[in-house]
Amino acid sequence: MHFALISKILGLLLVVFSFTMMPPVAVSYWYQEGSEGPFLVSFVITLLLGLALWLPFFKHKEELQTRDGFLVVTLFWSVLGLIGALPLYISNDVPVGFTDAVFESMSGLTTTGATILSGIDFLPKSILFYRQQLQWLGGMGVVVLAVAILPMLGVGGMQLYKAEIPGPMKDAKLTPRIAETAKALWLLYLFITVACAVLYWAAGMTIFDAICHSFSTVATGGFSTHDASMAYWDNPWIDWTATLFILIGGVNFALHFAVWRGRSLIAYILDPEFRFFMTLFLLYTGLITVGLLAFEVDVTADDALRHSAFQVASFSTGTGLTSTNAAAWPGFIPYLLIFTSFIGGCAGSTGGGMKAVRAALVFHHSVRELRRLIYPNGIFALRFGRHSVPDRVLQAVWGFVGVYITLSVIFTLLFTMTGMDLTTAVSAVAASLNNLGVGIGQVGGGFANITDSAKWMMTVLMVAGRLEVFTLLVLFTPMFWRQ
Amino acid sequence: MKIIILGAGQVGGTLAENLANERNDITVIDTDAERLRELGDRLDIGTVRGMGCYPAVLKNAGAEDADMLIAVTNSDEVNMIACQVAYSLFRTPSKIARIRTAHYTSRSDKLFNENALPIDVIISPEQVVTDYIKRLIEHPGALQVVNFAGGRVQLVAVRAYYGGPLVGNELRELRKHMPNVDTRVAAIFRRGRPIIPEGNTVIEADDEVFFIAAKNDIRAVMSELRRLEHNYKRILIAGGGNIGYRLAKSIQHRYNVKVLERSPGRAEWLGEKLHQTVVLQGLATDRDELLKANIENTDVFCALTNDDEANIMASLLAKRLGARKVMTLISNPAYVDLVQGHDIDIAISPQQSTIGSLLSHVRRGDVVNVYSLRRGAAEAIEAIAHGDSKSSKVVGRAVEDIDLPEGTTIGAIVRGEKVLIAHDDVVIEPDDHVILFLIDKRRTRDVEKLFQVGFTFF
Repeated sequence: MHFALISKILGLLLVVFSFTMMPPVAVSYWYQEGSEGPFLVSFVITLLLGLALWLPFFKHKEELQTRDGFLVVTLFWSVLGLIGALPLYISNDVPVGFTDAVFESMSGLTTTGATILSGIDFLPKSILFYRQQLQWLGGMGVVVLAVAILPMLGVGGMQLYKAEIPGPMKDAKLTPRIAETAKALWLLYLFITVACAVLYWAAGMTIFDAICHSFSTVATGGFSTHDASMAYWDNPWIDWTATLFILIGGVNFALHFAVWRGRSLIAYILDPEFRFFMTLFLLYTGLITVGLLAFEVDVTADDALRHSAFQVASFSTGTGLTSTNAAAWPGFIPYLLIFTSFIGGCAGSTGGGMKAVRAALVFHHSVRELRRLIYPNGIFALRFGRHSVPDRVLQAVWGFVGVYITLSVIFTLLFTMTGMDLTTAVSAVAASLNNLGVGIGQVGGGFANITDSAKWMMTVLMVAGRLEVFTLLVLFTPMFWRQ
Repeated sequence: MKIIILGAGQVGGTLAENLANERNDITVIDTDAERLRELGDRLDIGTVRGMGCYPAVLKNAGAEDADMLIAVTNSDEVNMIACQVAYSLFRTPSKIARIRTAHYTSRSDKLFNENALPIDVIISPEQVVTDYIKRLIEHPGALQVVNFAGGRVQLVAVRAYYGGPLVGNELRELRKHMPNVDTRVAAIFRRGRPIIPEGNTVIEADDEVFFIAAKNDIRAVMSELRRLEHNYKRILIAGGGNIGYRLAKSIQHRYNVKVLERSPGRAEWLGEKLHQTVVLQGLATDRDELLKANIENTDVFCALTNDDEANIMASLLAKRLGARKVMTLISNPAYVDLVQGHDIDIAISPQQSTIGSLLSHVRRGDVVNVYSLRRGAAEAIEAIAHGDSKSSKVVGRAVEDIDLPEGTTIGAIVRGEKVLIAHDDVVIEPDDHVILFLIDKRRTRDVEKLFQVGFTFF
């Protein structure tokens, strides 16, 4: 372990991150709220902390190893979660304690979108903007952003990138240089966000709301500037725009990049993960539309389709924006929505969950096992799209799925120990581990009322979910620390 | 620059490593996924698996906007076809291919041009390595000899020994010792650490000294640094592969050459081709075989098989049995530091010698020659100064006024046929070939910038 190097990189990242305190300050000045104080204080603290970690090892030169990458990324996310809580903790406008501030900050950064705040509509705009911005930065990944703008990370950048980017095939680069890849991803992300904001504005939001919601939509975050979330507008145009951009955020950005570069939509159709993801989306939407029409009498077919498409997109990518009170929907529907979040978005997207590609591989693999029962000597290559999948990837996928499910079960039990009922506990796990952010049962209206211990557990699960469990889990193996 | 490299073997891998460090976009193509993964983990490059000459694979690797294709797979034919495909389908501006066999290279003027096989530069690593060894044999006592300006100027590395008249003296004494010989010491490496030589630098025994001089003066300068060795006469080459054969063929008329080859078939073939060489069939790691080859009276033993370990063991054995000097081909860079300077006099790294010839095509500015020195840590560059005193940062200035990057020295200037050793007051004129020595390879970019013609007056 190269602690000097880790400290240097961590310090550098914090210095960069400290400047993200500036946009909320600008918002505060623009609306003349006088709420910039906490952000300036946090800026100074973050900057000084970063410099303190960075400067002693300024001249230190070493190559970042794979192992260091895991530690740097996990540390960075943890530290950022704590630092990000500072403005909320300091500000007098937000009456939260330390636990709640960290919960809120981590929930934003990991694009979870679970909130302990209520009366959001009356908070200062700078605070609202800051929450949305946290999600946006976390969406494509703060480390990926750092790799894009700090060329000195060099080869080490690849180690960090691999530890943060979601999905089972982490070696795929869009361009030969990792910094260029990271830059391309962020540019694309920025472009999509701007497009989303423009459409929101055209559909009837104020500019402030349009920008804020474009952040949480494309990042598949889930924070809103209103307590009622998207139901505040109840506007079909806004809802369909949101559905579209949530889905875009939930698709692999490498795929967007290929489409962008090839100037042809055909790449989407050819991508097996995209097809799987969209098939599930259409399937769920159809199921829930029918369910709504069957169980509820006073709903038009138009509204049923709009709301179910929105909710399915939002839940299945782990976004957590809502266009209506979905938790109160009848029968099986809320449970189905919660379970869609376990599969989650595509690999390399901003979405949460286990990722569609893993679910698809597990599905194909199970089909192969069934075929083998029929033809014990048969050779069935596991094909995904046009390529067959190496066993190594398959083993990694099964390992991941096993750990993910085990973790879900363990934490469901732990949550029930804090006094939740089973429905609530399952939905709390989905909300945090899948970065979903909305709950049903006792947490249908927010997470303010759960115990502190449950909040901390959820905070940990959020990071675990965002970093795909293994990056975090590997730090707890003795082998990792052995020289 | 966007560069596609075909083949992730030794040459391809070393090339990728060197070029990626110089901030180029590198994509490596190979059929071996394992080798690609290993390379991709270590370097910041893209990798594509597949047959390098297939259009789809090349396209995948970004051939559409690539600036250069370097085909260094094992197969001459794949390399040639890849260049053809890149030219016909993707209009890749520069194409470099490794062509090994002389059957192609001997007809290169007709074969390799725009109308036939569009390859801009042919490289033959075996030939480069052969030339390299040949120069070492021609300069007894030198650790490395590289050519500039078509061989008129040479840069030579030697180890200083007690007994050399200059050892223990300041560098400025050199002029007094040899009033008629002009030379410049470019760098001194003392226990592996570089020293920028000044007039008052004292040369110590065991220093590795790099100096530049006209070809005819090399011997005189070397005599200042160590007791001069006699010219070599008897050469024993272990391994009659490509390199061994080429070397034997090119020196057999001037030296007494023996080749020791393991395979009977190959030995027979060598015997037919090499008329003035004694070809022996046997194992170079076999003590008796070496004794039979008269090892105790051999001046130079060259171990040139394709097996590092066999080369090293054979060399150690040969040295123990009385060979005066051993030169060993070692591909694995980790071994070079282990053995060079102890029992093995000179370790030759085939990648490092090949890489230089490729680097000169990748570099910006008008760079004619690039040589990797000290296993890639240092570098010697021959660049052409263009422009005039307004647009160029070097033309019209005296050597002492040029703002050279740290650790860089100008060694010599070649003006037409004339060789000028770079003293402080020499003024550089347009189209001079300037020979620079870089202690730290990372300064290469600064040197390139120095030689690019700028538009300072806008």
